[in-house]
Amino acid sequence: MKRWLTLAAFAVVAGCLFLAGARMRPFGAPRFDLMDRYFNAWSQKEVAANNVVTAIVFDYRGYDTLGEATVLFVAVVGVTLILRRIKK
Amino acid sequence: MSVVVRTIARILAPVILVFGGYVILHGHLTPGGGFQGGAVAASAVALVLVAFGAPAVKRLKAPFSVLEDLGGVAFVVLGFLGLGFTFFANSLAGMGSLFGTPVPPGPNPGYLNTAGTLPLMNWAVGLKVIGGLGTVLVLFGLVGRDDDR
Repeated sequence: MKRWLTLAAFAVVAGCLFLAGARMRPFGAPRFDLMDRYFNAWSQKEVAANNVVTAIVFDYRGYDTLGEATVLFVAVVGVTLILRRIKK
Repeated sequence: MSVVVRTIARILAPVILVFGGYVILHGHLTPGGGFQGGAVAASAVALVLVAFGAPAVKRLKAPFSVLEDLGGVAFVVLGFLGLGFTFFANSLAGMGSLFGTPVPPGPNPGYLNTAGTLPLMNWAVGLKVIGGLGTVLVLFGLVGRDDDR
């Protein structure tokens, strides 16, 4: 039962991957740059920041940065938990 | 470590700290930002740790964990500031108050008093990275044997 479930999940994921690969844009075709042009045109007006990368990282994708900060926090907590006993 | 390494570390560590502060402070104008500047400043901690050993760094009683908690809480609070619009909306940009000067579109030399909550978030993340990496470095240094001194 468990093996069949695993196989089914694998088949679904592999099928989705192959579907996405089949639908990929042809090699060399122009990429979608709608968001790029939006960020370049509006980050100075909306965020008032010259640095577009910082505008994306801390404003448009601020939630992502919160996740990164959480990753750092969890890493520090893990290291502290592992090494605290040895310290004494 | 030897006297040469200690002397050089005494000279270089403040310079590295100042450069990390510069990278964090100008995060909204130049390449870099909170993470990068924090990592640069933490490398100063690593230098002092290599030169003087981990017990000496621990005797300084630098509040690394307090810095990290402060940075994390400040980051989340700054995110909540934009809650009238969305989470992490930049509520200070262009409002004329703190960091609120509008930026003239197109190329410009870069003005420090712009970008709203971005510089504050840079400082929050920078403090968080300094604190976190400092804690990890000091803990790693305390675990390793210090026979090379």
